[in-house]
Amino acid sequence: MRRRNWFLFSALCFGFAFLYGPILSLIIYSFNASRLVTVWGGFSTRWYGELFRDPQIIDAALLSLRIGAVNATFAVALGTLAGLAITRFGRFRGRMLFTGMIAAPLVMPEVITGLSLLLLFVTLESVVGWPSGRGVTTITIAHITFSMAYVAVIVQSRLSSLDGSLEEAALDLGARPWKVFLVITLPIIAPALVAGWLLAFTLSLDDLVIASFVSGPGASTLPMVVFSKVRLGVSPDVNALATIIVLIVSLAVVVSGWLMIRSERRRERDVQEALAGRS
Amino acid sequence: MTTAQPTPDPRRPFPKTRRKPRFWTRGKGAVTAVPYFWLLLFFLLPFAIVLKISLAEPLIAQPPFTPLFGPDGALQATLDNYRFLWEDHLYIVAYLNSLKLAGVSTLLCLLIGYPMAYGMAKAPPALRNILLLLVILPFWTSFLLRVYAWMGILRNNGLINNLLLGLGVIDQPIQMMNTDFAIYIGITYSYLPFMILPLYAVLERLPGDLVEAAQDLGCRPWKAFATITLPLSVPGIIAGSLLVFIPAVGEFVIPSLLGGPDSLMIGRVLWDEFFGNRDWPVASAVAIALLLVLVVPIMMFQRMQLRREGA
Repeated sequence: MRRRNWFLFSALCFGFAFLYGPILSLIIYSFNASRLVTVWGGFSTRWYGELFRDPQIIDAALLSLRIGAVNATFAVALGTLAGLAITRFGRFRGRMLFTGMIAAPLVMPEVITGLSLLLLFVTLESVVGWPSGRGVTTITIAHITFSMAYVAVIVQSRLSSLDGSLEEAALDLGARPWKVFLVITLPIIAPALVAGWLLAFTLSLDDLVIASFVSGPGASTLPMVVFSKVRLGVSPDVNALATIIVLIVSLAVVVSGWLMIRSERRRERDVQEALAGRS
Repeated sequence: MTTAQPTPDPRRPFPKTRRKPRFWTRGKGAVTAVPYFWLLLFFLLPFAIVLKISLAEPLIAQPPFTPLFGPDGALQATLDNYRFLWEDHLYIVAYLNSLKLAGVSTLLCLLIGYPMAYGMAKAPPALRNILLLLVILPFWTSFLLRVYAWMGILRNNGLINNLLLGLGVIDQPIQMMNTDFAIYIGITYSYLPFMILPLYAVLERLPGDLVEAAQDLGCRPWKAFATITLPLSVPGIIAGSLLVFIPAVGEFVIPSLLGGPDSLMIGRVLWDEFFGNRDWPVASAVAIALLLVLVVPIMMFQRMQLRREGA
């Protein structure tokens, strides 16, 4: 038994070293004074300065943040409706197709999604005249389409972990459906909505392939700019950018994880107190 | 009002009425229709268009392909693009190579991910959430930048080669960048969290008493693992493998940053066909063929999602 624990322990250590080693190397070399990324030339923050003075990167980052926020908001709205339809409405016509269309974007290779959406936009433009040209709008629509599937899955798993008895009770007591949704369903799924929004936001910020297909001239998102830079070889200001992203993400994940664990504990305590009070 | 009041049933003091008002049923339709319509328009319809364009011929025009119906209304569909894929050796090799690279990487993910997921499930509960956060964290940081990190590690004057040269283990750098090896590392590294999470979800819920009982009855730990834990975790293995394998087959970023000119993957071929050669019909045919290759695993994944939802 002890030997096996030792084995599992070393597997975990190896696994986490594998996951974090490369990220750590990115961070360390972002403070390297030398232009040769892997030769240590002393500590320096000059690449951070260069990063912030590069208008191309700054513009692309702002554009990506804007697309990300709009995308996440729409994806949460549509994904919530989809999750609600799947878990709460029982059977309806075309349900199989609907659940299929929710599951497929999760694994669909990006090149297929990107190409198919581009061809759709081109066809739509020639048939109905919309969207005229490609750019921010088409990127946002493309991102909403795949992120809403992720949101739907998160909302769905939150909804199915709670049975519909609370909502049914409220309906039986005469509350209007929209009121039931606002007063009962929405607060229950609020953590899932926050998680879904953040996930949709990061997915959009991260996407290179689909954005490259559906983008037009003048609309370059951050991953597109980064890709064109690193394609030519390693460049130290990209390391600085990576460090900033890692820092922001880890802060956000740690804070939200801590909040989630705390609220979960409080909920469990409430449930236990309620049960103790009843007996 | 002359509606006859039914005599109350003593077992059911409140007569069963339509539990939900009509408003709810009507609201239902609208709630479902919005995301349904969105997905039909932006997810399903595009595939039909890709199929249509894959049957067209390239044209130097805007858009660069022939319409499905000619000016005289006759159907202009050709299978030439598919014939071209079949006859040109490059495409078949790229499909097979993608399947091989994705399959081996999935296996590597499983070999690294399974012990990790098992170790996490066996860890003390207070530690589990932290370990889970640690697995999810890299997934939230940029995929592109995590692949880029390996460029700095695997290059000829990268971290590993510098280290080995410095230690005197080798006297000239090993070529790791632009090889299949780099692609294996890249895919395994990027998709590892997708393997660990479903495995952990299954292993964490596994009742521990079965294994304990087996061991009390004198079963060796490894045997108890092989006869009890492993078979019970098969759903997690399948889920994780599909989540890694399907997107990895069509991967573009990893082969184009880490792979060499001869490590062909179909996602990159499609990209070059589209952006390089500007041949939309052939790119569409490549996409349709890739979809055909992946249709079985995608169906498996959907069935699994459905079952999970029913549970």
